[in-house]
Amino acid sequence: MWIYEKKLQYPAKVSKPDLRMAKYLITQYGGPDGELSAALRYLNQRYSMPTNVTKAILTDIGTEEMAHLEIIATLVYKLTKGASAEEMERAGLGGHYADHDNALYYVDATGNPWTATYIQAKGDPVADLHEDMAAEEKARATYQWLIDLTDDPDLIDTLNFLRVREIVHFQRFGEALDLVQEYQNSKHIF
Amino acid sequence: MHREQLELLKRIQALEFTATEFNLYLDTHPGDQRAFIDFSNTVRELEQQKELYTRNYGPLIVDDTARQPCWNWIDDPWPWEIEY
Ligand SMILES: [Fe+2]
Repeated sequence: MWIYEKKLQYPAKVSKPDLRMAKYLITQYGGPDGELSAALRYLNQRYSMPTNVTKAILTDIGTEEMAHLEIIATLVYKLTKGASAEEMERAGLGGHYADHDNALYYVDATGNPWTATYIQAKGDPVADLHEDMAAEEKARATYQWLIDLTDDPDLIDTLNFLRVREIVHFQRFGEALDLVQEYQNSKHIF
Repeated sequence: MHREQLELLKRIQALEFTATEFNLYLDTHPGDQRAFIDFSNTVRELEQQKELYTRNYGPLIVDDTARQPCWNWIDDPWPWEIEY
């Protein structure tokens, strides 16, 4: 189970509302390499993992991704705060306004809704951990592209925190992969 | 949110982040006893700071509300409303 803590993992800040960046940033909410994809992928892959290390790392990174999802939601909330229909439309968010008003929704930067086809569970720990490592690299690259799209120092600070987390997650998944392969070799599973 | 409350919240966030870093590291290095001790010390300090926060400003998890004078779990600000 999970227990909600009434605080963010990191003090998520923006200098000013910015609908243009909100439109791009939403992809880390509901896009292919976003935090929802990450959390749901890892938490779902736990059940076919053979070792305690892999069960633990998927549980704990999956849980941290939920905290990142909340940070992204907070950033989008702050970037779109008080925006009128007209301002939304001018920023290319008229379609979003028609469907959701100012509410958040799980979409990518071009408005496509989140889909389970973004994630896989192969049941093979080596295959799944490789997918997870690739997912972390794709998320890291996405944060870099988002940082390149803005000059808001507060937003960059928060995005950079998230970018570096992906590097750490990649490292831990790599270690888990090595340990799983060692385990499989010792058990002579081919 | 007053400055003092915000500073304490940020201290808690920093400590909890440190604990998370040790947590993930220890998942793949469970035999590292030195890291385990660092984790334990961080969590002890984190618990003290959270208790201080809860006593002065309200609950961080719903169970904390049991030691509050009334049902203030619902009070604002919610996490996304805080201006840092
Ligand atoms: Fe991640």
